[in-house]
Amino acid sequence: MTGLEVLFAAVGLLTAASAVLAVTAHRVLHAALWLVVALGGVAGCYLVLGAELVALVQLLVYVGAVVVLVLFALMLTREGVAAVDTAGPQRLLAGLVALAATVLLGTVLVAALGADRVPVTGASNTEVGAQLLGTWVWPFELLSLLLLAALVAAVAVATHRPPEAGEQVEHPEAELPAPDAETVGEQR
Amino acid sequence: MISPALPLLLAAVLAGAGTYGVLARRHLVLVVVGVELLLAAAGMLLVMAGQLWPDPLASGQVLTLFVITVAAAEVVVALAVVLALYRSHGHLDATRPAAREPAAGSRPGSGDDVVAGER
Repeated sequence: MTGLEVLFAAVGLLTAASAVLAVTAHRVLHAALWLVVALGGVAGCYLVLGAELVALVQLLVYVGAVVVLVLFALMLTREGVAAVDTAGPQRLLAGLVALAATVLLGTVLVAALGADRVPVTGASNTEVGAQLLGTWVWPFELLSLLLLAALVAAVAVATHRPPEAGEQVEHPEAELPAPDAETVGEQR
Repeated sequence: MISPALPLLLAAVLAGAGTYGVLARRHLVLVVVGVELLLAAAGMLLVMAGQLWPDPLASGQVLTLFVITVAAAEVVVALAVVLALYRSHGHLDATRPAAREPAAGSRPGSGDDVVAGER
């Protein structure tokens, strides 16, 4: 194994273990915190693969904004459900489907691409920036529109309430800061 | 030099964990967590392909940035829907149908719960 492989295997094992823990933890807060570790580990894997810009955006957007949003949602809806997992038979079936998906993806992808070692020669940050604002500029601008639409839709959906329960008016300030943080993270 | 098998296996494990999270969780926020893991698997595949077999458009990294952005938009809307569901149903159990009738007199109790959770 080369040094890069050892590094990737270490970070990848951490990521895979915390991802499995994130979907099997029995408490919702623990699951959300394991998700932080898993997504941070994915950012570490990007770093090992030489994609520094994507790694930093992953850290900013996911760990900085998405997970905070998930934690906010958990706090706003606490004690909404007693058990977090489905019944035993469905869990078994879900485990089988997940195992089948993992084995199928793993064998097909490794059989197709994983034969021999290749050098890591990806695009540098300069090239990525130039391509992002050159070739890909229209999808990039479209995505900013998508983010704006998502933000407006989220505020509209989260603050809409049935007519008979209209006595709370202070909710919008609870929902607004997190999408703001995300657009800030996206514009960097 | 790195063997492509390692990132590929990691992406497969992430996709499997995400599938399990979507299928086996009944708390709606944890279903969203499973979706996030599925998207992380897609990003891992894109970055690996872009870094090991580069192309002049840098599409691996750029498309991963796009996936991250779409995931952020998706999770914002999904959690807003989750909040609205919690407010109208009083619980977040995906396996339980509406526990409280919308027209029943238990609506003020639900509203009090939400206020206590928000403050």
